[in-house]
Amino acid sequence: MKNTLTKFALASLMASTMIGGASAQEDTIKVGILHSLSGTMAISETTLKDAMLMLIEEQNKKGGLLGKKLEAVVVDPASDWPLFAEKARELIEVNGVDAVFGCWTSVSRKSVLPVFEELNSLLFYPVQYEGEESQRNVFYTGAAPNQQAIPAVDYLMNEEGVERWVLAGTDYVYPRTTNKILEAYLKSKGVAEEDIMINYTPFGHSDWQTIVSDIKTFGSAGKKTAVVSTINGDANVPFYKELANAGIKAEDIPVVAFSVGEEELAGLDTEPLVGHLAAWNYFQSADTDINAEFIDAWHAFIGDEDRVTNDPMEAHFIGFNMWVEAVEKAGTTDPDAVIDAIVGVSVPNLTGGYSAMMPNHHITKPVLIGEIQDDGQFETVWETSGLVVGDAWSDYLDGSKDLISDWRAPLSCGNFNTATGKCGGSGS
Amino acid sequence: MSCLKSLFVFLCLQISLMVGLAGPANAQSDSETLRPLINELAEGKFAETERQIGALVATGDPIVAPALEALSAGDLYVRKSDGQVFIAEKDGKQFKLTDPLTLEAQGEAGRREVKKIKVNNKLRRVIRSALGSLTLMAPDPKVRIAAAEAVFKAKDPGSIEALDTAIAAEQDANVLEVMQQARAAAVLNSDLEEAEKIAAVEILSEMGNREALSLLIGVRSSSEGAVQGAAAAAVTKIEKSIAAWDAAQNIWYGISLGSVLLLAAIGLAITFGVMGVINMAHGEMVMIGAYTTFVVQDLIRTSMPELFDYSLFIALPLAFLTAGVIGIAIERGVIRWLYGRPLETLLATWGISLILQQAVRSIFGPTNREVGNPDWMSGAFELGQMTITYNRMWIVVFALLVFAGLILVLKKTPFGLYTRAVTQNRRMAANMGIRTPWIDALTFGLGSGIAGIAGVALSQIDNVSPNLGQGYIIDSFMVVVFGGVGNLWGTLVGAMTLGVVNKFLEPYAGAVLGKIFVLVFIILFIQKRPRGLFALKGRAVEA
Repeated sequence: MKNTLTKFALASLMASTMIGGASAQEDTIKVGILHSLSGTMAISETTLKDAMLMLIEEQNKKGGLLGKKLEAVVVDPASDWPLFAEKARELIEVNGVDAVFGCWTSVSRKSVLPVFEELNSLLFYPVQYEGEESQRNVFYTGAAPNQQAIPAVDYLMNEEGVERWVLAGTDYVYPRTTNKILEAYLKSKGVAEEDIMINYTPFGHSDWQTIVSDIKTFGSAGKKTAVVSTINGDANVPFYKELANAGIKAEDIPVVAFSVGEEELAGLDTEPLVGHLAAWNYFQSADTDINAEFIDAWHAFIGDEDRVTNDPMEAHFIGFNMWVEAVEKAGTTDPDAVIDAIVGVSVPNLTGGYSAMMPNHHITKPVLIGEIQDDGQFETVWETSGLVVGDAWSDYLDGSKDLISDWRAPLSCGNFNTATGKCGGSGS
Repeated sequence: MSCLKSLFVFLCLQISLMVGLAGPANAQSDSETLRPLINELAEGKFAETERQIGALVATGDPIVAPALEALSAGDLYVRKSDGQVFIAEKDGKQFKLTDPLTLEAQGEAGRREVKKIKVNNKLRRVIRSALGSLTLMAPDPKVRIAAAEAVFKAKDPGSIEALDTAIAAEQDANVLEVMQQARAAAVLNSDLEEAEKIAAVEILSEMGNREALSLLIGVRSSSEGAVQGAAAAAVTKIEKSIAAWDAAQNIWYGISLGSVLLLAAIGLAITFGVMGVINMAHGEMVMIGAYTTFVVQDLIRTSMPELFDYSLFIALPLAFLTAGVIGIAIERGVIRWLYGRPLETLLATWGISLILQQAVRSIFGPTNREVGNPDWMSGAFELGQMTITYNRMWIVVFALLVFAGLILVLKKTPFGLYTRAVTQNRRMAANMGIRTPWIDALTFGLGSGIAGIAGVALSQIDNVSPNLGQGYIIDSFMVVVFGGVGNLWGTLVGAMTLGVVNKFLEPYAGAVLGKIFVLVFIILFIQKRPRGLFALKGRAVEA
């Protein structure tokens, strides 16, 4: 029940910040937080809202920014995609925020893009996504496909000797695009058509019996088989429960997931899932001092020792620090100045290295492959030797092979076609 | 875990035996020569660990098995101060250390004093097949079967010798069968003579499952002559039997999905079907039941862990009461003012469902909550070539029991009689002295309570999150409308039909299209029979 108390305290804190936001005083710098606190996505996004509040509080303890205090403005777009656009407009126009940290699903990001473009503000987007996009006003601090999906497939191919692939995903834009990229990539590596099985399920799918038994059948053809899962959110728990009950062991058919982190595993008994994999750019188990500090700060802030940290939280950590540094560099929070200043800014990440903002508004990250442990944590079993630069336009899709993105002058273009030499080539 | 435990027991036994037979000196020297090998496990990366495991296995001494088993389970740690390797078990903030060779307790160590030896899937596979040949002679038949299955998967011709010894000594028929299958798999991978291989093909053909099939397909393409012919015949035979089993499996999946639909819909069959209230907050009653299970398990975990296996039985009445009381409160507070105004009821209950969701989100947090499966609900068993998971099986049984119970209540108790009277002709019932408002409230409470106990069952297969109910509301309405409003038997038949149809469509159409087809099918069906499968007849319908 102490949980209830903290929640209540948080809610009242939120209410007070929102009242503060309305009275619009000039001696603070306002930061918008656009994460769903109700509806289906609240399960993932509420944590990010808390993480942002923590980061802002810590920055204020260090003396704020440009001599002013930071002030968080929290709104609730309620997992309703059109509402995201409205709330974004409200944050920028009514509350006058200087940067927004938010969104989770690709569809919510797509819905707010025109708003940020029109009102010329900044959005930091912290979740791994399908790529095929680069906007002047958006900074993508999550992983692009080449920072997550491709290295994971390489790992399975080289270390586990996988020859047969099940690409299973939830039916929406991120899994569909990622699987398209992966399919093209696998074929370029000589995997035959009949060794790839692609399967989509609706959001919140809860009856996995048929699919799990299909996977079992597909995997008994004598070749080493793995499942690449882009199954999203709520559907994962019943999926893993069914896998465990059907006795599919990681040693036989490993499942590598791109949307399953510490937070998702919190609702599961992970004992039967030991060895299944996930690819991220951060795991809570990362053994560095900066990560230990971050976890301690998080536990102290949230008042619960059992709460986990995850990859999108790290993305916000990196994105927020980059913004702070860019604002200090530019000496102003003016969006145009910050957009110019932020490219090349490099801040520590939580896995012991430095992440830098690239001209295509994606960042450099290490790629980690982790195996699920019986305590719900991941153990890193492989990582890239260096940092990987986020690639906005995939090299494996016909429509985007020739596109590059560079927001520095004089190019200043998010989809420059190197074949035709024109900005605004065909994209997504 | 249980196999691990039994393995430990066996090893302790065996070690005590060895100590008894060969005298302590022998065991001593064993651990003296093996200890450096074990300690070496802590050094180097995965590739080196694999080589070190090979060196340990090459000693052929079963005494190394606990260390390997612990390594595979991630329980092998190295003490940073002196590089000694231990089996460590977490005990609060401390680790309890056990010597990996003598299995004697070696005191405790703090979290920072020891470091886990990393292991990955590849190493686990190596260890599994290595342990297989080391534990073929174990006293516990379960361990022997596990060992033989591991050898089967490894298909290593080198293990034929060990298998032959084990088969000669084996008394238990079940174990013997698995061992012979393992031997057959190894023989087919070896360069033994043709007659041996044909006999092996025969054994695999008898085995008849997918693993045997994939092996035989491999043999068919790689061998020649008589062996190839035998393999081809066996493949055809197995394929035929598997096709039949596949159909059976689909029916079972359909029934299982149907039972989940039934559980979700049966409460609605009362509130919507019998009372005619469009209750959009029905899913949230299911969710409240699931959260009750979570709270019960949480209390049990902290105060009396030995009761964990009974947690669901404790949760059932509590979930019924919690959801029922909330249901009665909703009926008394909101719905009773809205009888006869379906649109307003729909909006009001939709609002209630949002309030309940957000309330749960504020109290328990937005993230998933862990509801554990008791032992008797975990795992699966094989029926022929079908795999049936225990949790699904018990849910089918449970759904049918709930259904039967509800029918009894409605048909055989005075309360059921009043309910039916009120719903069929309210004014007449009131004239006969039935307090109709209270029957309304209690009936709504009953429907909600049933949704609550459905939540207990669904917590075993789905997320326990504030969104749990939303996923079931559409399906529930679909089942009730399809089965025929006002008829419980219709709900049963409707749920099972939709489940089976869905599961037969899914392999061909995929999960997304399958669901769409089912919806289209229902729309067409409702066009033809607007009152569903089992329509109520008589004047009540017109009222």
